[in-house]
Amino acid sequence: MSVLPYLVAVWVFLAGCYGLATSRNLIHAVGCLTVCQAATYVLLIAVGYRDGATAPVYSDIEPASRPVVDPVVQALALTDVVVGATVTALLLALVLQISKRHGTVDPDELSELRG
Amino acid sequence: MSRRVRLWILSAGGTGLAVLLVVACFQLPGFGGDQHPYGDRAVRESLARRTANTVASVNFDQRAFDTLGEMTILFSAVLGTVVLLRQTRDEHRAKPAPAQVAVPVRRYALVTLPVALLTGLYVIAHGQLSPGGGFQGGVVAATALHLLYLGADYRALEWIRPVGLYEVGDALSASAYLVLGLAGVLAGTAFLANTLLSYGTFNTLSSGGAVPLLNAAIGMEVACAAVVLLARFLDQAVEIEESGKTGKTGKSGE
Amino acid sequence: MDDALIAVALLLVAATATAAVATRDPVHQALVLSLLGVALALLFTVLQAPDVALSQLAVGSALTPLLLLLSVRKVWRRRQRQGRTE
Repeated sequence: MSVLPYLVAVWVFLAGCYGLATSRNLIHAVGCLTVCQAATYVLLIAVGYRDGATAPVYSDIEPASRPVVDPVVQALALTDVVVGATVTALLLALVLQISKRHGTVDPDELSELRG
Repeated sequence: MSRRVRLWILSAGGTGLAVLLVVACFQLPGFGGDQHPYGDRAVRESLARRTANTVASVNFDQRAFDTLGEMTILFSAVLGTVVLLRQTRDEHRAKPAPAQVAVPVRRYALVTLPVALLTGLYVIAHGQLSPGGGFQGGVVAATALHLLYLGADYRALEWIRPVGLYEVGDALSASAYLVLGLAGVLAGTAFLANTLLSYGTFNTLSSGGAVPLLNAAIGMEVACAAVVLLARFLDQAVEIEESGKTGKTGKSGE
Repeated sequence: MDDALIAVALLLVAATATAAVATRDPVHQALVLSLLGVALALLFTVLQAPDVALSQLAVGSALTPLLLLLSVRKVWRRRQRQGRTE
């Protein structure tokens, strides 16, 4: 149990990498990249966890009454989630342009450079 | 390079990477351990500045410069998407034909829209007190607006969402964040230093100094950015078509 | 009790992530990614991270699948029109 979250994060990351490398559709590849990003969130939040602690928000508990988990990694993951979605949108816009210029979204058919 | 050779190279590299990562996992401090020195210091600083939500304090007070960087990434991604998905010379717009919406769906969407929008604004406004903030509330508010697309049709959505206005809003709120940071420099302290405004009473809406203001700027920025992104994608999927070769314009029926 | 809940949430995330990668059709993958977003939000709530869970729920279950579906529709429409001209 003390290593399970890290191993799950590694598994999800490797699964995403495998999907990215063997994909036949660029839109599917962008979805696999999202899975890779999810693995990093799991790792970050798991690193900050403390047994028996509660959320680092003091709106309903007295300060210093209970131990809290690490707020720094939560701050990192939180902004990353939203910004990652907008970068996914940029990647999808690139895929749409590729579909327009080359007529296909299969990465295997895109291997030749056009003059 | 054939596909089989590529798969072999992938499995070799993947196995090596997997072995390294698993070995590293076993050398990390155990899950749920008690040693979080950085976290303890962050919580202490947040309580000293009377911000109840320590995550918001880390985001907009202790590491506000990193949030400026994240906001820049967001802004650049939206800028890039708008440029890539603009209507080019060989394309034209075809008005979408209105679709029939089931009456329960329409009623539900129109009732939920103001509630969802208000919830998004509430989450933005209370970011420094309870879980929430600019990033979360901004996305909730932006997707709440699109309930109108589900409940009515594309024409109604365009009426509630003049895209130019939201693009201006995005730029304005990004600049507002910068200006709030520069206020610290003008007053003699550091950029984005949270020492100008009073910290207020713990656990009220006006606590935390500049955190509520930066929170509001980020909330507006994320909401406008999400609306602009969805607007560009919807335009491409529903309205914009290539003209030329066929000579007839297709109906998109959405 | 806490540990069991965390372990179940972790395995759910691993299962939905594997399913998202294994689903080759982008439309179905968008739906599975939506499920992955909900599973991640559940995991973050159990790991005492409500801020991140809120963020992930809003983004992962609605925004990203919607963008994927709109892209698929655009590519499909273009391919349909190319098919009609040839």
